[in-house]
Amino acid sequence: MTHHIERPHLVVIGNGMAGCRAVEELLARDPNRYRVTIFGAEPHVNYNRIMLSPVLAGEKTFDEIVINPRDWYDGNGIELVAGDSVTGIDREARTVTAASGRSVSYDKLLIATGSDPFIIPVPGKDLPGVISFRDMKDVDAMLAAAERGGDAVVIGGGLLGLEAAHGLTLRGMKVTVLHLMPTLMERQLDEAAGWLLKSELESRGQTILTGADTAEILGNTHVEGVKLKDGRVIPASLVVMAVGIRPSTALAREAGLAVGRGIQVDDHMVTSDPDVLAVGECVEHDGNVYGLVAPLWEMCRALADGLVEAPTGYRGSVTSTKLKVSGIDLFSAGDFSGGDGAEDIVLRDASRGIYKRVVVKDDRIVGAVLYGDTADGSWYFDLLKKQEDISELRDLLIFGQAFAQGGGQADPKAAVAALSDDAEICGCNGVSKGQVVACIEKGACSLDAVRAGCKASASCGSCTGLVETLLAVTLGDAVQSGPKTMCKCTSFGHDDVRREIVAQGMRSIPEVMQKLHWSTPDGCSSCRPALNYYLLCALPGEYQDDQQSRFVNERMHANIQKDGTYSVVPRMWGGITTPQELRAIADVVEKYDAPMVKVTGGQRLDIFGIRKEDLPAVWADLNAAGMVSGHAYGKALRTVKTCVGSEWCRFGTQDSTGLGVKLERGFWGSWMPHKFKMAVSGCPRNCAEATIKDFGVVCVDSGYELHVGGNGGIHVRATDLLVKVATEEESLHYAAAFVQLYREEARYLERTAPWIERVGLQYVKDRIVEDAEARDALAARFWHSQTFSQDDPWAERAAGQEREQHAHMAAFKPMLQEEIA
Amino acid sequence: MIGEWLDIGWLQEIPVRGSRTVPVEGGEEIAVFRTGDDKVFALVNRCPHKGGPLSQGIVHGHSVACPLHNWNIALATGQAQGEDKGCTPVIPVKVSGGRVLICRAGALRAAA
Repeated sequence: MTHHIERPHLVVIGNGMAGCRAVEELLARDPNRYRVTIFGAEPHVNYNRIMLSPVLAGEKTFDEIVINPRDWYDGNGIELVAGDSVTGIDREARTVTAASGRSVSYDKLLIATGSDPFIIPVPGKDLPGVISFRDMKDVDAMLAAAERGGDAVVIGGGLLGLEAAHGLTLRGMKVTVLHLMPTLMERQLDEAAGWLLKSELESRGQTILTGADTAEILGNTHVEGVKLKDGRVIPASLVVMAVGIRPSTALAREAGLAVGRGIQVDDHMVTSDPDVLAVGECVEHDGNVYGLVAPLWEMCRALADGLVEAPTGYRGSVTSTKLKVSGIDLFSAGDFSGGDGAEDIVLRDASRGIYKRVVVKDDRIVGAVLYGDTADGSWYFDLLKKQEDISELRDLLIFGQAFAQGGGQADPKAAVAALSDDAEICGCNGVSKGQVVACIEKGACSLDAVRAGCKASASCGSCTGLVETLLAVTLGDAVQSGPKTMCKCTSFGHDDVRREIVAQGMRSIPEVMQKLHWSTPDGCSSCRPALNYYLLCALPGEYQDDQQSRFVNERMHANIQKDGTYSVVPRMWGGITTPQELRAIADVVEKYDAPMVKVTGGQRLDIFGIRKEDLPAVWADLNAAGMVSGHAYGKALRTVKTCVGSEWCRFGTQDSTGLGVKLERGFWGSWMPHKFKMAVSGCPRNCAEATIKDFGVVCVDSGYELHVGGNGGIHVRATDLLVKVATEEESLHYAAAFVQLYREEARYLERTAPWIERVGLQYVKDRIVEDAEARDALAARFWHSQTFSQDDPWAERAAGQEREQHAHMAAFKPMLQEEIA
Repeated sequence: MIGEWLDIGWLQEIPVRGSRTVPVEGGEEIAVFRTGDDKVFALVNRCPHKGGPLSQGIVHGHSVACPLHNWNIALATGQAQGEDKGCTPVIPVKVSGGRVLICRAGALRAAA
């Protein structure tokens, strides 16, 4: 027999937020004290139920709201019995029995059954298509209904009902909200805020009926509509009942435990049976039942303290509410019903849609309602919970913490710094300021590390700003001097991401996002192109370029113009052209009605006004005359500008056009962090303007001066002289080494000029000029990667690759009998 | 047959995180999007900002970044995200048996 058997067995009924949090708190105190078995009625691991609304709204996926994945259960030796609900408790035999017949004995039993949705007892309530909004199964049912489209009715204009209505609206359903009371969310909002909320929701296309009393749900085999007591009928193919929840107490009642409105518990969450505990929405403590998440955290702490025989005790909770409807900021806490001796302080800013109301009684805040600007919510809530005397602050109280405490200087950092240690930062996971700061002080110096360390900001993310400010306040310059993150999808900077890609040998964008904890399902238009480039650069010839992570121009191999047409620039090697090429260009211009042809700054011709459907044919015609893509659209070598040099010019010292052609032939097709321009001037008069290019050659009698890091854009920067060499071969060799260093080390979208300013010219010289071995290795890597990149993308497209990029999917001709072509 | 829904082709014809277009004779072109989680959305192919072709943008999450000035448009609502203000008409769309269907009335209304 293993030692497991000797440990007392804790059986938890309920795999939800309360049950699992209680186990987490217990493990944090003493991981070896109990053997744990968790029963869950749903066939899932533990997920964040309050995040079901963002899943319905399409802002999160189920995987993103999982709190504890399978590994957590396995790693902690917890047996999870998912999808098997407990049907009975035998306190005498100390066993529980599940629907499957499975029976388990316990030493300690924890009931965390949460609550059941309240179904109003009207005719038709059991029709198919009438659902509640409580678990993942309900969300799946709503998504399936939304897929079919049509009308939905949500009964109940409280927190849950409005979040359901919002999600269904976003999913394309026509939604009517029926609310019995005259004001939406009347338990949390006063009339003014309720009205603001109602108008905002109506402007988003929802119909809100207040004072609407449901008489009957209509339909024969499936719901067809809702009839109100005043006779109105609202059609609906889906009815969501979200009128309220009731503590789920049936099991406890049948087991003979003391049950009032909820399962009655003492301050240590112990029921009337000392070996049976209960926690969460199913309990009644000191006459109160709670239907919000925040009290759970406090209950679970008290419960775990009791289980490890270090009792602290739960003292009840004051709750606050935030509505999770994107674009609507709403906060409510405490009591705002007025009453004797209560005074209101109100601020309205109609043009900005802001309403704030703080209710004060005996110089203490007893309630607060904020609409439109909820930044001070946690401050008011903190003052309220602590019952602080606010008489000193009173005049400025309504303007928020920064004004009231900072003499008019709105400094968000000072505001966060002034929060007390037990002020709640993350409502989703119940993390206080003190816990976040402790996590940072233990070494978490990035948002990601804090999320991993204490779960703050790891769920809905609405406290991300607060956590970042705490990082800044706690670490001071240590965090501020760090590199900027790549984008809002990650807390890593470009250099970190790139280093990890190489170090861990990552091979695809999804792999990078997974391993580096991306906060979005598939990145954004900033990070995807960057990751695509980094992978392409790290794995030449192996990485499969992701077209959908390319900006439009690189995906279409042409430059999009403001009217949605494209411009096409064929390559003219070193700026030299021929009658055949010019003739082919002229033919294309006429054949495809291009409205304009322009000589570019880079010594070539730009054909404007080509439609995406015509691009492959244009390219085929240009290919036929021997021309290839000029990459005028790419983060790649654009052009090599030249002067005529010694072949014609009386001042010319070397064959600058010849070298320009060699450079262009060698370097075209290589993807780079940003566009890359070259030039070769035949003498120091520098007619090809080589000293404002990324790589410029100035020929002199004795050889070639190689210049780098020039830019003619917004910030004009003249090049730095890298080195002077004697031969064309050396010029090409140094060019390859320089380009490869830039490809491997510059950040995506960083031109050579800012890159050199950042790393210093000396660093570039150290790598390329002083260190012959490094130079040779860089050049070798460049030429290796070029063996995979010199296929003309135009020829591939002209031959039919990616055809769908250029063709319509179908055409709709409403005047014709056969409408779809 | 003129039905309520127009069958425009197989879901697989739209690249994942990509878009295809459906021109409407006498009206505005429609862009049909397929997201990373295989949801399908349809918008008028015109950014509310400067009319950029949204079908050519980068699709991320349930949004598309306009190729002209990188405005982010929510695919479900057509609303510009963040600080930007504006809205592109949405055309109801659904997938049935692997075929993509757009709402005929919606296509006419949005593209009129």
